[in-house]
Amino acid sequence: MNVFGMTVPAGFELATSIAIIIVKIAVIVAVTMLHVLYATYFERKVIGHMQVRLGPMRVGYHGILQPFADGIKLFFKEDVVPAEADKTVFKIAPIIPVFATLSAVAVIPFFDGFVIANINVGLLYLFAMSSLAAYGVIMAGWASNSKYSFLGGLRSSAQVISYEVPMGLSLVGVMLLSGSLNLTEIVKAQQQYWFGMYLIPQFLGYFVFMVSAFAETNRTPFDLPEAESELVAGYFVEYSGMRFAFYYAAEYIGMIVMSCVAVICFWGGWTLPPVLVDAVPALAAVPGIVWFLAKVYFHVFLYYWVRATVPRYRYDQLMSLGWKVLLPLALANIVVTSVVKFFAGS
Amino acid sequence: MLPKIFFGYFAIAMVVLSLLIITRRNPVHSVLWMLVLFFHIAGLYLLLNAEFLAAVQVILYAGAILVLFLFVIMMLNLKEEISGERFEGAWPLGVSVSAIIFVLMLLTTGDFVHGPVGKYTIEVIKSETHAKALGKLLYTEYLFPFEIASLILLIAIVGAIVLAKRRS
Repeated sequence: MNVFGMTVPAGFELATSIAIIIVKIAVIVAVTMLHVLYATYFERKVIGHMQVRLGPMRVGYHGILQPFADGIKLFFKEDVVPAEADKTVFKIAPIIPVFATLSAVAVIPFFDGFVIANINVGLLYLFAMSSLAAYGVIMAGWASNSKYSFLGGLRSSAQVISYEVPMGLSLVGVMLLSGSLNLTEIVKAQQQYWFGMYLIPQFLGYFVFMVSAFAETNRTPFDLPEAESELVAGYFVEYSGMRFAFYYAAEYIGMIVMSCVAVICFWGGWTLPPVLVDAVPALAAVPGIVWFLAKVYFHVFLYYWVRATVPRYRYDQLMSLGWKVLLPLALANIVVTSVVKFFAGS
Repeated sequence: MLPKIFFGYFAIAMVVLSLLIITRRNPVHSVLWMLVLFFHIAGLYLLLNAEFLAAVQVILYAGAILVLFLFVIMMLNLKEEISGERFEGAWPLGVSVSAIIFVLMLLTTGDFVHGPVGKYTIEVIKSETHAKALGKLLYTEYLFPFEIASLILLIAIVGAIVLAKRRS
């Protein structure tokens, strides 16, 4: 076994590989949390400029230190627990979504070979983790013992369960084409096309996936769980200080994870279209993480763009969109993909 | 050695968690302990190299079915549930029947015979990946039982819709 050119002495292989994994986890968690901090800043700036405002300007140059100021403020705020709340559940609830979304990052390959856990059922693992995030919402809604939180919690759980179905089915097309559930394999399988991504053969799947991803992360136009005009803030009305910040962080990590999945499954991950690399060979020298992050940032920008553009859906419209439009579209996509693959393969 | 430690942990934790589930006064707490239990079951599947089953266990049971459980429980009158007795009067009978079954199982463990090794050894599954091996078997050898199971589920869905429609 070799680490950075040094040979590991016999008997220390297991300890070394565990140490490497721990270092990787520390790096990825730190980088993800930094991304979360600046995703909030990016969002406020983007939406500010779209609404002809400046956004945060006070802390540092053009408000560049604003996320740190917010973080310090939230950290020192009083942690209020309602008297009639179920105390244990109330305190555990915010940890679950952060834990679930951060665990999802473990299987995401950022560039060739850099992934904490290269498991064979990577895509299913991502679904499992994203479905767990709903517990944080339901538990918060129930444990707060307040009408607004409870309604928000119920809305959110119904929404997340409904949209998980089309989201899962929209990725079946990708599984069919790549023949694998391993995220690294899925990225590599996309190199068979000259355009190097599943975006074109799977445009229907991509559309369904993106709409469902917006609903899964409770973002506008599907942010009914927190609909501030009717439910104050939905399931986390009663939360303050750090526990409130946990929900905020989980939402942003969720957005980043969904963007990563979209990039890996439809945009070719860290690779570039082969036709582009053939035309400009110098591009092959650029590290894959650059392309990966550029694609992820575009998707995060997409979230803000949509938020600044479209109004919120009504609840019955949300449900009928999920079950009557997205689900049949995803199923049709599976049928078409299987038929095409069957005849093209034989 | 390592797998044995993991198995011991999962087995003991699952028994403790099951006891916690049935003894909680608050049904919502029971369901939350059940969530932890489902994770341990998924862990056991992982120990058996059944990664697909482990993932599906978390997605379906923890992610969907348990959330529906929570929905139903939230519609109950929780105050009544919490103040009432946790167990029915017949619980000593239940405990003694399960104790007898437990003793019977202990007595028969001595006669345990290891079954013949099938086609799907751990090496085969590792090279073919678990999802692929399972999928192939389900859609070829076990297609008929698989279709029957899906038909039963479909009937349940239709039944639920009929019940919901009649009321309005």
